[in-house]
Amino acid sequence: MTSSQTAVTAHTRAPILPMLTRQTWAEFLKLWRVPAFSATSLLLPIVFYAFIGIGQASQILQGTHVTFGAYFLASMAVYSVANVMIFSFGISVANERGMKTDLLMRATPLPPIVYLLSKCITAIVFAALTLCVLFPFAYIAGGVRLDADQWFTLASRVLLGSIPFIALGFAIGYLSGPNSAVAVINLIYLPTAFASGLFFPKQLLPQIIQNISPYLPLYRFGQLGWDAIGAPTSESVTTDWLYLAGYGVAFFAIAIWAYRREEGRKFS
Amino acid sequence: MPAAELVEVTKRYGAVEALKGVSLRIELGEVVAMLGPNGAGKTTSISILLGLRKPSSGKAMLFGIDPNSLDARSRVGVMLQESGVPQMLRVSEIVDLFRSYYPKPLPREKAIVMAGLEEKANALVKELSGGQRQRLYFALAVCGNPDVLFLDEPTVGMDVEGRRSFIERIAEFAQMGKTVVLTTHYLEEADQLARRVIVIDRGVVIADAPPAEIKSKVAGKKVRFVAPDLHEKNLEGLPVTAVMIKDGRVQLLTNQPESVLRDLFQRGVEISDLEVSGADLEDAFIALTSH
Repeated sequence: MTSSQTAVTAHTRAPILPMLTRQTWAEFLKLWRVPAFSATSLLLPIVFYAFIGIGQASQILQGTHVTFGAYFLASMAVYSVANVMIFSFGISVANERGMKTDLLMRATPLPPIVYLLSKCITAIVFAALTLCVLFPFAYIAGGVRLDADQWFTLASRVLLGSIPFIALGFAIGYLSGPNSAVAVINLIYLPTAFASGLFFPKQLLPQIIQNISPYLPLYRFGQLGWDAIGAPTSESVTTDWLYLAGYGVAFFAIAIWAYRREEGRKFS
Repeated sequence: MPAAELVEVTKRYGAVEALKGVSLRIELGEVVAMLGPNGAGKTTSISILLGLRKPSSGKAMLFGIDPNSLDARSRVGVMLQESGVPQMLRVSEIVDLFRSYYPKPLPREKAIVMAGLEEKANALVKELSGGQRQRLYFALAVCGNPDVLFLDEPTVGMDVEGRRSFIERIAEFAQMGKTVVLTTHYLEEADQLARRVIVIDRGVVIADAPPAEIKSKVAGKKVRFVAPDLHEKNLEGLPVTAVMIKDGRVQLLTNQPESVLRDLFQRGVEISDLEVSGADLEDAFIALTSH
C-alpha cells in the first residue's frame, strides 16, 4: 500500500552472542566506574588482610599444619567474593529500579535471560579480579605458600560457592528501595560475616552466636574455603555444599518471587 | 497489516478507568500524533501498545502480533516519558549497547548525528543536560532502525528552540518512510509533524482526523467577560464553538470575536471586564468535548 510497507522485511532478531557481549561489557563498565563499588571490593579485602592477617601470618594454628596467614586468606577470599556477588547485584538492580532504567530496557528486544546472564558474568569476573588482587598480596605480604592445587581448589570453590549469594543480592535489589540497598546489605552482610567466623575464629564468639553460626550460609561457604587450604573443618565438604545448595534454592525462590511482584506492580 | 492496533481496549488502575474502550489502527508509514490533556490516557495507550501494560479488556497488537514478543520489539523504537538510562556509560557506549539489541541497526555515527549529539559522543550520561538527555533517548529510540517509532511526550521540558529542532529531527526520521506515533500537549507540534491527529480525552478517542480538520473545530479566540444578566438564548445564532457560563462569568470560543461582540452589544447585553485572547489547547479540548 505504501512504499515503506515493502521496505519492512521478515521478522528477525538480533544475534544473541554479540548482544550478550555488549551487555556484559556495559554492566562491567557501569560497576567499574563506581569507585564506591570497584575500589571497595578490590581493595578492602587486602586492607583487612594487612590489618588482621599479616601480623601473625606465620603462626601455626593449634593442632594443625596450617598458618594463620593461609587460614585468613581463605576467610578473606570467601568474604570478598560473596561481597562482590551481593553488592554488584543488589546495588545495580536497586539502582536500575530507582532510575527507571528497567522500564526502558523492558521496551527493547533484549531478552531477560541475556540481561540476567550479563549480570552474572560481570559479578563472576569482578569476583575473579578480587582474587587476582588478594592472592598475590597474601603470597607476598603474608608469605602464604600453598600447593598449586590448593590455590586452584580455593579459587574454584569460592567462585562456584558464591552462586547462592548472586540470588541473595538479586532478591535484596528487588525487595529494598534504591537508596536503602547499601544499608540493608551492610546490615545483613557484615554481622553474618563476623558471626560466621570470617574475621576471627568462631571459638572467640559468644556461645549463642556459636550455636547459630553453623546455620549461616557464609559459615558454610567459609568451611569450603578453610577446607581447601587444609584447615580442619567440623563437617564434611559435602555437607557444606548441600547446605549452600539449599540456601541457593531458597534465595532464588525469594528472588523470583520478588521479581514477579515487581513485574505485577509495574507492568500489569 | 497495521503497524499498531488497539481493539476495544479498556484499562483500569484500581478505581480509575484510564481507558474506556479505545480502538485505533495505525498503518505502516503513517505519522500520527496523539493529543490530549494530562491524564487523558495517552501514555496508557502507548504503554499498552508497547506491551508495557496489560489491557483490562480488549486487545493490543504490533504488526499483528503480541506487543510483548521479541519479534515485535525488534521492529520498534521507543522514547518513554519516565524512563532512565545508566548514568555511568558514555553516549557512544550506550548507543552501541542498544544497537546490539536490534537485527539491522543504523551505524552508530548516524544515530548520534540524527540526535545531534556529535559533540557529546564521549560524555558520560550523567554529564548531559536535560535537553541532551532527551536527545540521547531519541538516539536510543532510532539506533535500532525500527519500522515504528513511539515517542511519549518527546519535547516535554524543552524550550521553544529546543522543541523546534527536535521536531525537525523526528520529521527527518519519518521521511525515511517510517511510522511515527507521538503523544504531545502541543497542537502546533501535531500540526507540523503529523498527517493524522488522534485526540484523546478522559480515556476516549474524541477526534481522529487530519490536523487541519481538528484545527477547524477549534476556535481561534477566547472571549471572556462578566454579564450577570446573560442567558444562553442571548447567544443563539452567534458563531461560537463553545460556551461556559458560571456565576455571571462568561467564556466563549469563536473564530469571529468582533462580530460576536457586535451582535451581543446590538442585543443589548451588558458586558464588563472584557478580555479577548488566543485559544490554547485546553480551550480546544473544551471546544471538542462540549459538542
